Amino acid sequence: MSRFSPYDNNGGSCVAIAGADYCVIASDTRMSTGYNILTRDHSKIYKLADKCILASSGFQADMKALQKLLAARHLIYQHQHNKQMSCPAMGQLLSNTLYYKRFFPYYTFNVLGGLDNEGKGCVYTYDAVGSYERVGYSAQGSGSVLIMPFLDNQLKSPSPLLLPAQDAVTPLSQSEAIDLVKTCFASATERDIHTGDNLEIVVLNAGGVHREFMPLRRD
Amino acid sequence: MQRGRSDVEELAEDESGEELLLSSDRSRQAHITSSSSAEASLRLAFAKFQSTVSAHSPMESNQAKPSLLASESDSQRTLSPYVTGTSVVALKYKDGILMAADMGGSYGSTLRYKSMSRMTPVGKHSLLGASGEISDFQEICKYLDELILHDSMWDDGNSLGPKEVHNYLTRVMYNRRNKFDPFWNSLVLGGVKKGEKYLGMVSMIGLSFVDDHVATGFGNHLARPILRDEWREDLSFEDGVKLLEKCMRVLLYRDRSAVNKLQIAKITEEGVTISQPYSLKTFWGFTAFNNPTAGAEGS
Repeated sequence: MSRFSPYDNNGGSCVAIAGADYCVIASDTRMSTGYNILTRDHSKIYKLADKCILASSGFQADMKALQKLLAARHLIYQHQHNKQMSCPAMGQLLSNTLYYKRFFPYYTFNVLGGLDNEGKGCVYTYDAVGSYERVGYSAQGSGSVLIMPFLDNQLKSPSPLLLPAQDAVTPLSQSEAIDLVKTCFASATERDIHTGDNLEIVVLNAGGVHREFMPLRRD
Repeated sequence: MQRGRSDVEELAEDESGEELLLSSDRSRQAHITSSSSAEASLRLAFAKFQSTVSAHSPMESNQAKPSLLASESDSQRTLSPYVTGTSVVALKYKDGILMAADMGGSYGSTLRYKSMSRMTPVGKHSLLGASGEISDFQEICKYLDELILHDSMWDDGNSLGPKEVHNYLTRVMYNRRNKFDPFWNSLVLGGVKKGEKYLGMVSMIGLSFVDDHVATGFGNHLARPILRDEWREDLSFEDGVKLLEKCMRVLLYRDRSAVNKLQIAKITEEGVTISQPYSLKTFWGFTAFNNPTAGAEGS
């Protein structure tokens, strides 16, 4: 007999890379359940503030609830402070929001990309219950196990154990970072059945937000 | 309490002292070893009496607290569906949305109801189709009637479109899954408003999306591959119906809970039309259908 389960994993991968003056956030547009593809064109990227973009994978209904909640909290913030929330502030808010539901978690795996108060690229990476870390680049979701080691190999970030703390941003130029993201997804799509169809790339820099798409394997 | 008393009576008669495990509390009795001495059997009987009393007292006092671990027998939640409808298939076509669903209502594997209409108009611009628990669908229809009524009472010339109704349904379904009390349905919502076609789906855990064609349940396995091959943006009404019938025929052949009595609903800018029930022409002479158990063990 079928028992009720409140969770599902709808797959998908998310990547974010921070540079000196830009941030690249990308994710595929496939939504699947088990071996089924539900739709090939579902965005997992959500713009929370002018300089703050969230990419999440996991359970789509929880993703949607989380996005709605953060958007509502951000609206209140704007009314109170008459400004957009900064990316580090949104990073902390997301962590708190996830931990608030520690014992009935949002089954979502998030990366938050944006520009910090100095205009430098920043990436925050999370687990489902809110522990988070500022990093130079990160991957989350079903293809993260394939993408993350590749990024480690290509980007060689300074050890977080070094003192004084080294800057985590990657040395790549913006176009190099976009190419790297495309390569990551092209590779992950080969081996991860939950990643594919289309790649949505959002680039954030001083000039604003720019979006582009790249087709991926559809099988 | 009836069962509790009979257990005790049974124990009183049980003089042998042989260990007799009650399903109500095995762990409590695990440490009591069987013995033929009168004292031991008395102790055993007492332990069993205690366990029966503790197992039944919450029922007796009628104050079972609703917790996530509440026993399934006294639950007020849908733990599994009872009367269910099978797949709904829908697609966008040139002028709007076409949707198809058969009229079977299954009670497990029994075909209990044969004239279940599983598609209904919602407001002026939307059409809802449902698979899964029929009673939950009918409850959802009551919610929607109220929603549409309260919206129309504004009398501001504004009315809820398919996008709004889909969003409402998504929130209702997600809210109920958060209470661990789900509506056991997959819902398909189609509509047209201001020239814009809309087709979306919601599952019982609040999962939702839009697409050019959707199908629930078995339809996801059997109908969507056909739709992906043959669906086009500018499908005419006739071709759309033909495509839906092709999907429904495949489902009829391979989904055991599908029945050969279906309705096709259409929604355009002009409104909703739901067809009279009709059946599809079938051909059961395919070689794959002849002696289907040939080669199977025991045939």
